[in-house]
Amino acid sequence: MMIETLQQLLPGFLTPCVNWLAQSGEGVFGSLWPDIVTLVWTVVKVMLIIAPLLGAVAYATFAERKVIGWMQARIGPNRVGPWGLFQPLADGVKVFLKEIVIPAHADKAVYLLAPVFSFAPALIACAVIPFDDFLVLADIDASLLFVMSVTSVSVYGIILAGWAPNSKYAFFGAMRSAAQMISYEVPMGLALVVVLMVSGSLNLVDIVQGQGRGTFAGMGLKFLSWNWLPLWPMFIVYVASVFAECNRAPFDLAEGESEIIGFHVEYSGMAFAVFQLAEYGAMLMGCTLVSLLFLGGWLSPVSFLPDGILWLLVKIFGVLVLFYWVRATFPRYRYDQVMRLGWKVFIPVCLIWLAVVACWMLSPWNIWK
Amino acid sequence: MEFRTLVFYFLAAILVFASLRVVTLRNPVHAALHLVLAFFSACGVWILLQAEFLAIALILVYVGAVMVLFLFVVMLLDIDLDRLREGFWSYLPMASIVSLLVVAEMVLVLISRYWGAQESDVPQADTAYSNVRAVGRLLFTEYVYPFELASVVLLVGIVAATALTLRGKRKSKSIDPSRQVFVKARDRLRLVRMPAEKRD
Repeated sequence: MMIETLQQLLPGFLTPCVNWLAQSGEGVFGSLWPDIVTLVWTVVKVMLIIAPLLGAVAYATFAERKVIGWMQARIGPNRVGPWGLFQPLADGVKVFLKEIVIPAHADKAVYLLAPVFSFAPALIACAVIPFDDFLVLADIDASLLFVMSVTSVSVYGIILAGWAPNSKYAFFGAMRSAAQMISYEVPMGLALVVVLMVSGSLNLVDIVQGQGRGTFAGMGLKFLSWNWLPLWPMFIVYVASVFAECNRAPFDLAEGESEIIGFHVEYSGMAFAVFQLAEYGAMLMGCTLVSLLFLGGWLSPVSFLPDGILWLLVKIFGVLVLFYWVRATFPRYRYDQVMRLGWKVFIPVCLIWLAVVACWMLSPWNIWK
Repeated sequence: MEFRTLVFYFLAAILVFASLRVVTLRNPVHAALHLVLAFFSACGVWILLQAEFLAIALILVYVGAVMVLFLFVVMLLDIDLDRLREGFWSYLPMASIVSLLVVAEMVLVLISRYWGAQESDVPQADTAYSNVRAVGRLLFTEYVYPFELASVVLLVGIVAATALTLRGKRKSKSIDPSRQVFVKARDRLRLVRMPAEKRD
């Protein structure tokens, strides 16, 4: 696989080198050679996904400051580079050079492990995200379940970050954030149950392709047969739950200025920056999932335009701007109101809509055949 | 040696190490974290056996939910590391009997496999075979009554846990967010139109 692709991609005078590499590799490693080629090729593909993702995470912070600036009639960052474009690099250098102060009675290993736990899930979940009908690293059968289980691990980052520094305030913040994340995983999971019920598959590619079929799609208006319209309450519940899962406004109690006991108060320098990166990584992952599950992924809104990865990127950016817009507009929820919204509003709505959709699917007016 | 075998030994080594550390570490939080690591390696082994649904469910249920609550409890306990070592000798006889029994059982299971010459071969499924679909179909046809029974048991657990938190009427004055969010400005605020008064 890798050898053929390299032969196609590289210019002609390098072909002998590639052939020599293939032959000598087979000579040295023997029967293990195909497995090694697969391994190397997979690592290359992983890099091809992760490198743009890290860039996107860095520029998501920049975009947020710019967009919110414009919404509030400010300019936003404009000092470093043209239009402030190099601001994320400057920020990166700054946090990189800062000292990481480890509290005296902290549990050092766990203290350093916590940021890893919070950032890694967003990267791992990318393994099964399809960008196209075929452009997916691991096209596994239960990819939706995989994403859910991997992202549920990120709560460890919060709990450990609260416990490891041996500080009451960090621990309080961690308890709140973790309770919030666990609570909102329930309505999120129920919303996903409805989505997989109408798609009949746990595979993200199938879920997206299923949204391209329907009465409206036959009329050429594909965007009306995407899941957001027939599953409107689930769409709202899911988007709001993603806000809460990412600890974003209006549920950003972890960094509330007035009651500031966030789980990362004891972190500084790069360790703190990793938590910020994790927040934006989780946000991008949430936007991608919203686009894939409810907004038709890479499908074009009308049938006379071709489908493609560009549509997916446009949709992800659109949902991202919605995140910024909400942050610039809504006041922060109080903690007890956050919990009430999750348990007493979203979960009943999900359960009722689950029953409604189930009856709808068994009725003669079923639109998801 | 196949690549899969290499991966298996890698995961199995981590699994054995992590499980050993779960019982030998003194700090309960570290022990719980090693249990999480053990779950992850077990999940990897299951994926090698092409049981991806079970593997993902293991992560989702045990790592994502059960161990989180476990960690919460362990962190909230005030653990005195010195007191944990007390009573080691008094518990030793009972514990050794139990552990010997467990070891004997596992050895018997493994030996019967070995001497019975049962080749433990995993059925290789074709790529179109959906693990999730197969599990779901079995759960809702052949095992539907045990499945429903399990869900009823869980429901009873939820209701019981909720009932335990109900301790009669609250005596202290407290805020009720469900009533608060339905408040309209009209209920609290009265706007009065008054003509401007001229000062003499």
